[in-house]
Amino acid sequence: MENQATYNYKVVRQFAIMTVVWGIVGMLVGVICAAQMYWPELNIGPYFHFGRLRPLHTNAVIFAFGGCALFATSYYVVQRTCNVRLLSDKLAGFTFWGWQLVIVLAAITLPMGYTSGKEYAELEWPIDILITVVWVAYAIVFFGTIAIRKVKHIYVANWFYGAFILAVALLHLVNSAAMPVSGMKSYSAYSGAVDAMVQWWYGHNAVGFFLTAAFLGMMYYFIPKQAGRPVYSYRLSVVHFWALIFTYMWAGPHHLHYTALPDWTQSLGMVFSLILLAPSWGGMINGIMTLSGAWHKLRTDPILKFMVTALSFYGMSTFEGPMMAIKSVNALSHYTDWTVGHVHSGALGWVAMISIGSIYYLIPRLFGREQMWSVKLIEVHFWIATLGVVLYIASMWISGVTQGLMWRAINTDGTLTYAFIDAVKASYPYYFIRFLGGLMYLSGMVLMLYNVLRTVFDGKAVDAKIPAVAAHA
Amino acid sequence: MTDFTSGFWGYFIATVSILGIAFCGYVLLTQMKVKLKKGEKAQVTGHKWDGDLEEYNNPLPGWWVGMFVLTIVFAIGYLWLYPGLVVMGNAKGWSQEGQHKEEVAKADAKYQALYDKYTAMPIEAVAKDPNANEMGKRLFQTYCVQCHGSDARGAKGFPNLTDNDWLYGGSPAKIEETLVKGRQGQMPAFGAAFGEEKVRDVANYVLKISGNAAFNDVRAARGAETYKQVCVACHGAEGKGNQDLGAPNLTDKIWLYGGSEATIVETVTNGRTNVMPAWKEFLGDGKVHLLSAYVYSLSQDKK
Repeated sequence: MENQATYNYKVVRQFAIMTVVWGIVGMLVGVICAAQMYWPELNIGPYFHFGRLRPLHTNAVIFAFGGCALFATSYYVVQRTCNVRLLSDKLAGFTFWGWQLVIVLAAITLPMGYTSGKEYAELEWPIDILITVVWVAYAIVFFGTIAIRKVKHIYVANWFYGAFILAVALLHLVNSAAMPVSGMKSYSAYSGAVDAMVQWWYGHNAVGFFLTAAFLGMMYYFIPKQAGRPVYSYRLSVVHFWALIFTYMWAGPHHLHYTALPDWTQSLGMVFSLILLAPSWGGMINGIMTLSGAWHKLRTDPILKFMVTALSFYGMSTFEGPMMAIKSVNALSHYTDWTVGHVHSGALGWVAMISIGSIYYLIPRLFGREQMWSVKLIEVHFWIATLGVVLYIASMWISGVTQGLMWRAINTDGTLTYAFIDAVKASYPYYFIRFLGGLMYLSGMVLMLYNVLRTVFDGKAVDAKIPAVAAHA
Repeated sequence: MTDFTSGFWGYFIATVSILGIAFCGYVLLTQMKVKLKKGEKAQVTGHKWDGDLEEYNNPLPGWWVGMFVLTIVFAIGYLWLYPGLVVMGNAKGWSQEGQHKEEVAKADAKYQALYDKYTAMPIEAVAKDPNANEMGKRLFQTYCVQCHGSDARGAKGFPNLTDNDWLYGGSPAKIEETLVKGRQGQMPAFGAAFGEEKVRDVANYVLKISGNAAFNDVRAARGAETYKQVCVACHGAEGKGNQDLGAPNLTDKIWLYGGSEATIVETVTNGRTNVMPAWKEFLGDGKVHLLSAYVYSLSQDKK
């Protein structure tokens, strides 16, 4: 039983490498979609049309890039903070191959036009079933490892990962409930306003649990580790964890303000979105304050730069979100590019940057190196990525607010000042800036892949030994 | 809470909502007991993970607690004033439908006099009024461009409004009638009744009378027979159409769906259904009148 003495790094390595690969694929499709908005001639044939590429982009970046980053880091974190190897290597391996199969199937079926029509849950029922099986295996490995832990207390990062795994299981099962009519076609179990409500309960919690809670788990391990400082406040993590996971579940209806959804549902969605502000910021405070006393490290350590910038964008998006959930603000922002800017401030700024930082932390440790092949290149990646995000979100803010204002502008005779096409014309130059921002972000990822490959080829796969459990007070 | 068939769910949701808000306040309270004295530094909790991972026991930042409490207070206040809980609230008696009605009433009060002024004028006069024409244009850019295009020249299946060729008539009264009542154009499908060959024959006859040089003489001659028996009913003996039925003139070069042989074959085989919605209910008399005048003005230079 010699391998009992080491951590299972193999599955972490697999997911970590695929995080970078799928990151490039997903962002490339995103850049193509952005280009199609500026050069509509690029909508070539049915398979290469914006309507089919856009869900491919969202699925690839959220579930392929983000998903692989979460699998990699959660497997790494849960082992090391529990002082025990993963419950089952076979099952962990199955989650890797199963998840890759889901991604490949998505990449094939979405351009072919197979879709359930539910945003961020487009995959058809056979793939949904595969996702469920993989997810159950993931839950068994993760919670099983917690159950056999050699350390009494469960580290805070694992609370967040655990909440994410449970919540996503619930969301996926409820929202994807459907009646199959053929091999690749099904109809939702819900109809009308109920269907919309279930969809956005799912949609917003995909943001809340997949893209927020889980990545906070990542933050709670990799920031203290990289900074070499204790987490700022245990109490704060208790309050913001419980308040966050409770409150997020209610926020969905803010996606459906001023629609056929009943008034009371919209009101509850709005007030809980506002209550969500403080619990969200709890994570940011805990992350940033962990660095207090180690600020000087920010100057020299580009990995820490990625992580702190991620937290700053996290703080911005989680302030912006509750504001946009207020009905009167939403009346301006809804259906405009502002929403697109908001999402990408969270996705590129928070989710991707914290993942990139964590992967840069992981790769040398997984391949027996002191550090990445080139720290300088991480620095370059950081600045390209940051500039890319800023261009992206600033252009979408301006474009979005312009659209919102133009749509509601009224002449002295009560007629609308602008035709719809006028607002499209006004947005047009910003679509180019958005394309540039996305392109920069993508090029940063290509640098990352190069840096990762050089590090991997210079090193060799290692599995760290499990140290004896330290005595606890 | 009429949205559910049973009153139970309203109470269920209200209970969970209130308990949830209370829960947020409760977790906040439980973690506020420890305070640091001035100059005192927070200690680590004593737990250690993965070698060096530790946690300080810093108290919650005061401004953050204040912000949290503020949002909770706001939530309670909002749920008191607006609909949200079956057991309390909506003191303002607010609904989104009510808000919409209120805004529409306000707009009507403000703008009605302006519209009334033009409604009282005949369409020909309104069309010549530059102010009214501008208003009509803006209304057109809001309500009509989706089908007829921002230049009003239409698209496949949607008529061009600038060429003075009319399916239902271009007099001011007819245009207004089209807008008020809408139109339903119906070309029946003859594919099954005629068979493939006969359809192509008729299509070639239509090509011939439309002045298209590229048609097959033999087919056109056979098609003429079928035309006389069937198509004549709507399109007339000379193929000039019938504006009472909305049957298009087939002898000009203007096509709703296209004048190639293939498209005509498709039209005769499968038929066509065209709908112009009725706008009276949605827009009201004033806007319809202004729009009729604007559409009328579009082709006045083509007379």
